[in-house]
Amino acid sequence: MDPVRLHYDISGSDFTTAGEASGKIKKTLKSLGFSPAVVRNVTIAVYEAEINMVIHAGGGAIDADIFPDRIEVVLKDEGPGIQDIDLAMQEGWSTAPENVRQLGFGAGMGLPNIKKYSDDLQIESEVGRGTTIRITVQNK
Amino acid sequence: MTIQEIMQTLDAEVITGADFLDREIRTACGSDLMSDVLAFVKEQAMLLTGLVNPQVIRTAEMMDMTCILFVRGKRPTLDMIDLANENDIVLLGTPYEMFTACGRLYSKGMRGRSGK
Repeated sequence: MDPVRLHYDISGSDFTTAGEASGKIKKTLKSLGFSPAVVRNVTIAVYEAEINMVIHAGGGAIDADIFPDRIEVVLKDEGPGIQDIDLAMQEGWSTAPENVRQLGFGAGMGLPNIKKYSDDLQIESEVGRGTTIRITVQNK
Repeated sequence: MTIQEIMQTLDAEVITGADFLDREIRTACGSDLMSDVLAFVKEQAMLLTGLVNPQVIRTAEMMDMTCILFVRGKRPTLDMIDLANENDIVLLGTPYEMFTACGRLYSKGMRGRSGK
């Protein structure tokens, strides 16, 4: 069966619209009848990743493939890349600038939260080239 | 507690969502750090915050929170109110600061995510 596919281009300049794609993915999952817990796990993980994309990478693209048994979301950017992924996964470690912290993010919780709410998280990153994050949530 | 009771406890006014004041709220979370709010899921929760930007509403949307209370007399912007309306989220405002607002709700039986 072909998945339901969603694609969003994310602007890197406008923090106020960050989260719009995550909100749309949430509404689609809800309308497809996924349980509130599955919908929440996907949208929280994607929302944190979308915020990261806006804060750190100047935007990018989000592709979601919705299968009956799982949801796969790929977030791809051409930003500065992550120098040390192990370090970035630690709670509290952040490179976000002060203006982002004033907006309620950038406390070093983004990647740990993404991992927490997903069943599988793959991060490929090359410094100077960009980052691709693959989030999978099983429909349990 | 119902949102109506929360409003009485905090001398709060409703900014939007006046149709939903009989909603039952069992747990609350007070934070200006949205990633901390996103770290813990709890059903039927409300958010108390002094932060004013659209990501506050987005965070509540992602967490299925049905009510946001702005402390210290802060007021959301028009685009935040629109976003709250789209998602049936009630927005309240109280003159009390965060500590006092949380304390007053706690004394009336509201609990945090731990339930303690």
